Amino acid sequence: MADSVIDVATFENLKTTAGADFVRELVETFLSEAPRMLDELRSALAASDAERFRRTAHSLKSNSNTFGALKLGAMAKGLELGGLAAAREADGRAIAQLASEYARVAQALSELKRA
Amino acid sequence: MREGSHGGARLLVVDDNKVNRLLLSRNIELMGHRVAAAENGRVALELLRREAFDLLLLDIEMPEMDGFQVLEQLARDLQLRDLPVIVTSSLEGLDNIVRCIELGAEDYLQKPVNPALLKARIGTSLEKKRLRDQQKELVRRFATREVAEDLQQSGFTLGGKRVSGTVMFSDIRDFTPLVESQSPEDTIDLLNTYYTLMFNAISGHGGIVSEIAGDGLMAVFGAPLPLTDHGDAAVRAALEMIEMIGLFNVDQAAAGKTKIRIGVGIASGEMVAGYTGTNERATYTCIGDTVNLASRLEQYTKVAGHAILVDAPTHAALRAPPIEIQALGPVTIRGKAQPVEVFAVSTRESV
Repeated sequence: MADSVIDVATFENLKTTAGADFVRELVETFLSEAPRMLDELRSALAASDAERFRRTAHSLKSNSNTFGALKLGAMAKGLELGGLAAAREADGRAIAQLASEYARVAQALSELKRA
Repeated sequence: MREGSHGGARLLVVDDNKVNRLLLSRNIELMGHRVAAAENGRVALELLRREAFDLLLLDIEMPEMDGFQVLEQLARDLQLRDLPVIVTSSLEGLDNIVRCIELGAEDYLQKPVNPALLKARIGTSLEKKRLRDQQKELVRRFATREVAEDLQQSGFTLGGKRVSGTVMFSDIRDFTPLVESQSPEDTIDLLNTYYTLMFNAISGHGGIVSEIAGDGLMAVFGAPLPLTDHGDAAVRAALEMIEMIGLFNVDQAAAGKTKIRIGVGIASGEMVAGYTGTNERATYTCIGDTVNLASRLEQYTKVAGHAILVDAPTHAALRAPPIEIQALGPVTIRGKAQPVEVFAVSTRESV
């Protein structure tokens, strides 16, 4: 299951270069930061704060790619480039989709972390 | 932290994202460098102004102060503008990357950063910085701090500009018989001590020593950087020089060595200051009548029997606390068509 959401090669490479113990801590940091980023996206959207929205999407994209969560990264990039308008398309489903992809990523990372 | 091949440079990582910050710091530590982290540009600048770093790894997208603003501030900061910056970001758009480089970033690395590439870029940047530091150190050793800064700020061009300032000439009286009476090692030793004392007195009053030759030196007050009360500053520097020589002579006498005496000539007015020479070898100097007069006054101290002689503009420039001055009246100076008003500054030391 982990394979489909996380690019294992990227993740393994990260472990090799930074060390498995360190990556475990880094995953924990991401898992505690990412929900805050999702909240930030929602509140920036509600406040029509385009700059904050773009910056948060940018941050989430960057972290996703670090762990090999390529699909999540691509979705975040779509929001970074598309901005508030992209998030408002289809009744704001974009953020909900992003959140459910994140849930899968969180699950996969938790499994990989224990491996 | 591991031992590094660079002996551990000190790097600053700036990123608002905690995961990025931790990962970059980790990679850098594994290379054997020391690392500090800041979560936005404002915090980074505060750190940079407080502590010394060899390299900055800068994110662009940040709240409060972004990376572009940091690059702009660094470029304006004399102390920090040579700090190498590697931008690590996942910016979209080539124009943003170009903007980083235009603003002075040395390199750009796309996030997620490849550790091998990061290591190579950091190595290159640190090596470049080491060479630049070496070059700056050389300039500093062979020029004064002010001239070095002037060079850094304005770059090097031959040619001068008109400035208002004060020039001082000073040399050791009866130096030739002194040299003949002692070993060359003793003479070098004496000259080094003498120059250290004179440099301290002159720079302590805002002047720069622009030339040293044998036992003589030329100092300028008011160039390359403007100085208010340059005439007053020069006279007070001269008084301190005489006082220092007095103290030095106490040591010399105690060691059974020869005492020395100096003569100082000071003139104020307009002069042309700048770099003369060739593009390969040049020196910062001042030329003009004011310079010639200061040199003549220094020579005239031998005739007048006073240690410090100044011209009328310098005399008029003196400020409180009062300095005791004796007017010597108009004096015919070699190289001057008209007699010149000369003033002797009273010193406690015997000349």
